[in-house]
Amino acid sequence: MTVEVLDRPSGETPAEATLRIADCDIHPSPKSLEREIHPFLERRWQRHLERYGARPRQPFLNGPAYPKGQPDAARRDAYPPAGGRPGSDLAFMRAQHLDPNNVGFGVLNPLKSGQGLQNLDFADAYCRAINDWQIAFWTREEPRLKASIVIPYEDAAASVREIERCAGEEDYVQVFMLNRTAEPMGQRRYWPIYDAAAAAGLPLAVHAFGFGGAPITGSGWPSYYIEDMTGHAQSSQAVLTSMIFEGVFDRLPGLRMVLIESGFAWLPALCWRLDRVWMRMRDELHRCKRRPSEIVREQVFLTTQPMEEPNRPRQLVECIDWIGWDRLLFATDYPHWDFDQPDRVLPSWVDAEKRRAFFTDNALRVYGRQMP
Amino acid sequence: MTRHVVAPVSEFPPGTRRCVVLEGRRIALFNVGGRYFGLLDRCPHQGGPLSEGVLTGLVEAGAPGDYSFSRPGEILRCPWHGWEFDLATGKSRFDPRRHRTRAFRVSAEPGEELRAETVPVRVEEDYVVVET
Amino acid sequence: MTVLPPGAIDCDLHPAPPSVSALMPYLEPHWADAAAHRGLHELETIAWPPNAPLSCRPDWRDGDARPGSDPARLISDAVDGFGTRYAILNCLYGAPMLYSEDMAAGFARALNDWLKAEWLDRDPRLRASITVPPHAPGLAAEEIERAAEDRRFVQVLLPVMGETPPGRRINWPVYAAAERAGLPVAFHAGSAYRHPPTPVGWPSYLAEDYAAQATAFQAALTSLIAEGVFQKFPDLTVVFAESGVAWLPAHLWRLAKYWRGLRMEVPWVDRSPEEIVRERVRFTIQPFDAPEEPDAVARLLEHLGSDDMLLFATDYPHWQFDGMGALPEGLPADLVRRIAVDNPLSTYPRLREGKP
Repeated sequence: MTVEVLDRPSGETPAEATLRIADCDIHPSPKSLEREIHPFLERRWQRHLERYGARPRQPFLNGPAYPKGQPDAARRDAYPPAGGRPGSDLAFMRAQHLDPNNVGFGVLNPLKSGQGLQNLDFADAYCRAINDWQIAFWTREEPRLKASIVIPYEDAAASVREIERCAGEEDYVQVFMLNRTAEPMGQRRYWPIYDAAAAAGLPLAVHAFGFGGAPITGSGWPSYYIEDMTGHAQSSQAVLTSMIFEGVFDRLPGLRMVLIESGFAWLPALCWRLDRVWMRMRDELHRCKRRPSEIVREQVFLTTQPMEEPNRPRQLVECIDWIGWDRLLFATDYPHWDFDQPDRVLPSWVDAEKRRAFFTDNALRVYGRQMP
Repeated sequence: MTRHVVAPVSEFPPGTRRCVVLEGRRIALFNVGGRYFGLLDRCPHQGGPLSEGVLTGLVEAGAPGDYSFSRPGEILRCPWHGWEFDLATGKSRFDPRRHRTRAFRVSAEPGEELRAETVPVRVEEDYVVVET
Repeated sequence: MTVLPPGAIDCDLHPAPPSVSALMPYLEPHWADAAAHRGLHELETIAWPPNAPLSCRPDWRDGDARPGSDPARLISDAVDGFGTRYAILNCLYGAPMLYSEDMAAGFARALNDWLKAEWLDRDPRLRASITVPPHAPGLAAEEIERAAEDRRFVQVLLPVMGETPPGRRINWPVYAAAERAGLPVAFHAGSAYRHPPTPVGWPSYLAEDYAAQATAFQAALTSLIAEGVFQKFPDLTVVFAESGVAWLPAHLWRLAKYWRGLRMEVPWVDRSPEEIVRERVRFTIQPFDAPEEPDAVARLLEHLGSDDMLLFATDYPHWQFDGMGALPEGLPADLVRRIAVDNPLSTYPRLREGKP
């Protein structure tokens, strides 16, 4: 077996070194719940959190269902020198990531919020607090960073209220969900959320992970973290299938969906399969009016990380050719361990126009923004 | 081969690590229980700084569930994607033939034998020396 | 049209009992009595409603008869029709999914005996897979041992979605028994429906369920590798039937990437998942889920990185293709020969034995 090496000849400057890039998946954390979140959370819910904990649909009160490969699933070099969790110190994030990687536009995707918690009232209150916190502690301080509207999606009415509350604030660039919902995301209990996102002109961002309660495989819970991590790609495929077959994109032709942090190389094969299944059972899929691959080409985008890594990088480029260079939004997942380093993800022979689309222009177009 | 004196042994105790730049390359140095190791400070995968990785042991299993843990402190995990490298050879655990980072010979040498070096040394001390 | 070479072997066809009463002569007295007196319904699974378009190709339908229930039709449509030398019958009847372990095992035994008497005895080209209760590995192992004595049974059949991920140790007695008998284990599209078939809950449509089968195979492959099944059972071959094929390269890229960083979690996985799959896992070719452009098919085959993995199949009577187009267009003739003849022969040792 031959190996193509991604290393560039010395002396050649990667395009990304001069290109201001968009990073569509950055994970901020509060330095301290008391100082940063409590100001936005009613006293009652502060007490609730202390007494009962967050209680998502999983076994453990603290931490994830599957122990990660490293603490906080973070790069070990991402702990701020001044203390605190990775992703909690804006100055260090600038110094370690935004500045050296020339990030001109970064989307914050908070993972610890009220999303997927069993108590819907608490979920609602906690999501609101996280939204206010992003503005106060992050986007006001750093114009390169933009916020996500996190919503308690198992309660569509509360989610709509929160989208409407936040949508006027320019710093929010998307409505944010986790992909492991209680039911497949295309089902109608969630439709008011998509109506509200479309009405606000905001993309619907769907990030891997979550706490829907269903095992990540159709055969039940796997044993290992590697299975859980690999499984996010299957979850995203199920989410996309549900959204397409339930006709969400046909109801809302202006809705744009961004699938975050589940890679992308699975998309061509899924589209080939969905097209065939749709042709065969069109009479069952009465709400889905267009070929699935056509819907994807018009309304669906994916962030790149964690990029699949074939032994031959050329094969990944061929896969992007199938998807289309206008569909992918570069993301690092900073400060997490499966971070993608911008100057190492594409072979050097990919041309400048494609690189620009991949690293910058697609994101600015989807989010309707300019580089600040 | 060039020999570089990087520190007196007394200033580089067991359980510590440091980074040096030699001939324009960052090299991560480790003292594991009195044995010295050096690796190029750059993961061959995406360039993660190996000097910030955790030192662990070698986890192996001849059969499912049959875990063994050996060579504590001699396996370095990249701080980014967790690739494991053998400190002594720089070879990755998952594919030692095709994926490796450069390993450097690091040793403690008596100052007396280093008098010809350009760095000033004291004959009564031992020094950590890296060969590039 | 890609032409099949002589001696082609069809690795996935679906016979069905015309009704549950057809099994009565083969059920042990207790289960026959239960079937007669408890008002047992037909035990077709929700995965294959007989009248759904995918369940039977229009020109293979026979009035109201259950698709695949007439041996004469299967033989004339598929075996004579494609001129195959052997045809491997995978019965997808839902009886082994009954929650009672004993009842499921009782029906599995009856299905296997019915297959022998009503199908295998009828035509020397027919071969079959051993149906087992997937949630009762001990009983499954006993049935493998019993049924394998008839050398026309050439593999063990499980649904890709069972009660636990297939790699879990609780399932190992099945693999041990299959390995002992020299039989591959086939995972076929379908579910025992112990869990929602998607990671995000129960879907609304059959089309969605069917689309999700490909993701179920991805998860199953991850499980078999991560749990070390291929290390524990070095002589076991795994067949993925009706799995779709096109998803495989991208899934392996992802799985191999995570393995490089998380090897220490599953240290028995001592080589790349890609290598393990190329050596030990085989895929039937219907559906392939191929792209429409022959050039893309060629690239996809390159991404698969092996000519040894694919097995010819019609998936009779399921409606995957029309006419004789069971193979994607644009395959080179030598690859067609491997898919149709060589790969099945090396996957199924019992097919190399000639007349049983």
